[in-house]
Amino acid sequence: MAESMRTAYAEALIELGKTNEKVVVLDADLGHTTMTCAFQEQFPEKHFNFGIAEENMICGAAGFSKAGLVPFASTMAMFGMGRAFEQIRNTVCYMNANVKLAFSHPGISVGADGGSHQTVEDLAVMRCLPHMRIFAPCDPVEMKKAVFTAARMEGPVYIRISRPDVENITDENTPFIPGKANIVRNGEDVCIMATGLMVHDALKAADRLEEEGISAAVVNFHTIKPIDKDMILQMAGRVRAIVTAEEHTVLGGFGSAVAEVLCGQNVGFAMVGIEDRFGQSGQPEELFREYGLTPENIYDKCKMLLSKSGK
Amino acid sequence: MDYQNKEKELQRDIIKMIYEAGSGHAGGSLSVLDILMVLYYDVMKTDPENPDWEDRDRLVLSKGHACPALYAILADRGYFPKEELWTLRKLGSRLQGHPDANKTPGVDCNTGSLGQGASIAAGMAMGAKYLKKDYHVYTVIGDGESQEGMIWEVAMSAAHFKLDNFTMILDHNGLQIDGSNDDVMGIGDICGKFAASGWNVIRVKDGHDFDEIRLALGQRCDKKPTFICCETVKGHGVSFMENDYGWHGKTIDTPTYEAAMKELGGR
Ligand SMILES: Cc1ncc(C[n+]2csc(CCOP(=O)(O)OP(=O)(O)O)c2C)c(N)n1
Ligand SMILES: [Mg+2]
Repeated sequence: MAESMRTAYAEALIELGKTNEKVVVLDADLGHTTMTCAFQEQFPEKHFNFGIAEENMICGAAGFSKAGLVPFASTMAMFGMGRAFEQIRNTVCYMNANVKLAFSHPGISVGADGGSHQTVEDLAVMRCLPHMRIFAPCDPVEMKKAVFTAARMEGPVYIRISRPDVENITDENTPFIPGKANIVRNGEDVCIMATGLMVHDALKAADRLEEEGISAAVVNFHTIKPIDKDMILQMAGRVRAIVTAEEHTVLGGFGSAVAEVLCGQNVGFAMVGIEDRFGQSGQPEELFREYGLTPENIYDKCKMLLSKSGK
Repeated sequence: MDYQNKEKELQRDIIKMIYEAGSGHAGGSLSVLDILMVLYYDVMKTDPENPDWEDRDRLVLSKGHACPALYAILADRGYFPKEELWTLRKLGSRLQGHPDANKTPGVDCNTGSLGQGASIAAGMAMGAKYLKKDYHVYTVIGDGESQEGMIWEVAMSAAHFKLDNFTMILDHNGLQIDGSNDDVMGIGDICGKFAASGWNVIRVKDGHDFDEIRLALGQRCDKKPTFICCETVKGHGVSFMENDYGWHGKTIDTPTYEAAMKELGGR
């Protein structure tokens, strides 16, 4: 059954509220959107709503961290990453403050709110900041692990919280080690490296390839930074083609991070992502088709690369 | 014009748009409607035949999520066909979830990120002065929106640059997403703050009284920007949406749609 990533985020926070006396949660009038309102209900004294004032919330979070606390600051990615970018850069990252940024509504799965609210550049922006670590969980079970892990780590962490409900494809026993991508499915011909919601589409594409006798590996990159270089190089030595899939612009995001590692390797490479365009209003499924974020497109890219390499 | 009847008609349009779209912001659209009606039917110099007319007055809906109210009025004034209202928020529509000036005839500015619209509007007013144009720039902000630091940067700059061709209207409905302003982040004596910043401040006790709004919009002041605080009701016109922050951005389902339409005199 499909479940909410945001509810998983809030449930993990509530668990932390019970077990880690250092954790506090900060909001910017979107507690009913990020679902941190559930945390607030249980722990009103550990919750601080800054109102519609994201910059103040982010620097406020850094202040909390200076007092030895572990603040989780939540809002929509556009207003956290966007409005408060310089606060994240110069206060949170430059000072290496122990602040956890958990932003919801990344990508075009935001849907009808439209291009002004669809953050398709957060991975690129967060990735270029020293000290920042980035988690982009693919399902609710993984979301909880990302939150618990972030709380244990020292320093800035960004957690990308997708809006739609999704099926769990990981389980309690799946490891979650920062910087270590997980092989979801083994394969020898081609490897699909995916992050967040696109892991689901990657698996569907792999099914289709298998029907045609093509063996496709699928790797879930729950961590975008630090990127798992060993996994990327290991796959580059094994398969003939690598295709990345992300709900994000192809400029500077996850695919770019993989390409930076692959540079100079003898392996076919293509990216599935948003091609230098803003989002727009529409239903998430329609938008995924419009922007080419589909199993078919991943499948096509794999086939195209394999035919170039002679299969 | 028969304002009362027109208001009901536009309220029905707003509810129908959001119902058809499956999402959207009813509460803030209904609270700002009457302010926008006075601006577009009475006060602003505009030409629906020529939406980009250089000398027109401008409106920047800084609380961009309330765009269903703006779209309903623009359609009624003939900027685009009324049938287009039912395409709100759909793939390929000219009516995006938040205002997009490049797509929608009559929309003067993109908004959706709270705080930015007010600042753009002040910039437009500065541009008009620089070019010695005499058009007026209006912006409408929300009370939750007034928590953004940008609003206070505009409070300073608009007074500093003596923007007497600039009017900021506050849709003071007392509510935002997570609750009341007072519960989330008190905004204090906002009129006093604008007055202290050097603005011409006017209070409208009933932001749903067309005459009172019209009167306030006529009271400008030489060398000062004007701040008009309108006391409004979030969800105005639909009894069960009124003064309930839960109706900020909730989906309107079929029973809700029918109940709302019945109250608004629809079929
Ligand atoms: C910079 C920014 N932060 C957060 C949001 C999300 N958001 C949209 S509407 C809203 C509440 C607005 O409250 P208010 O200004 O009082 O609007 P109204 O009550 O008139 O609808 C919020 C937090 C946003 N659009 N922009
Ligand atoms: Mg309000």
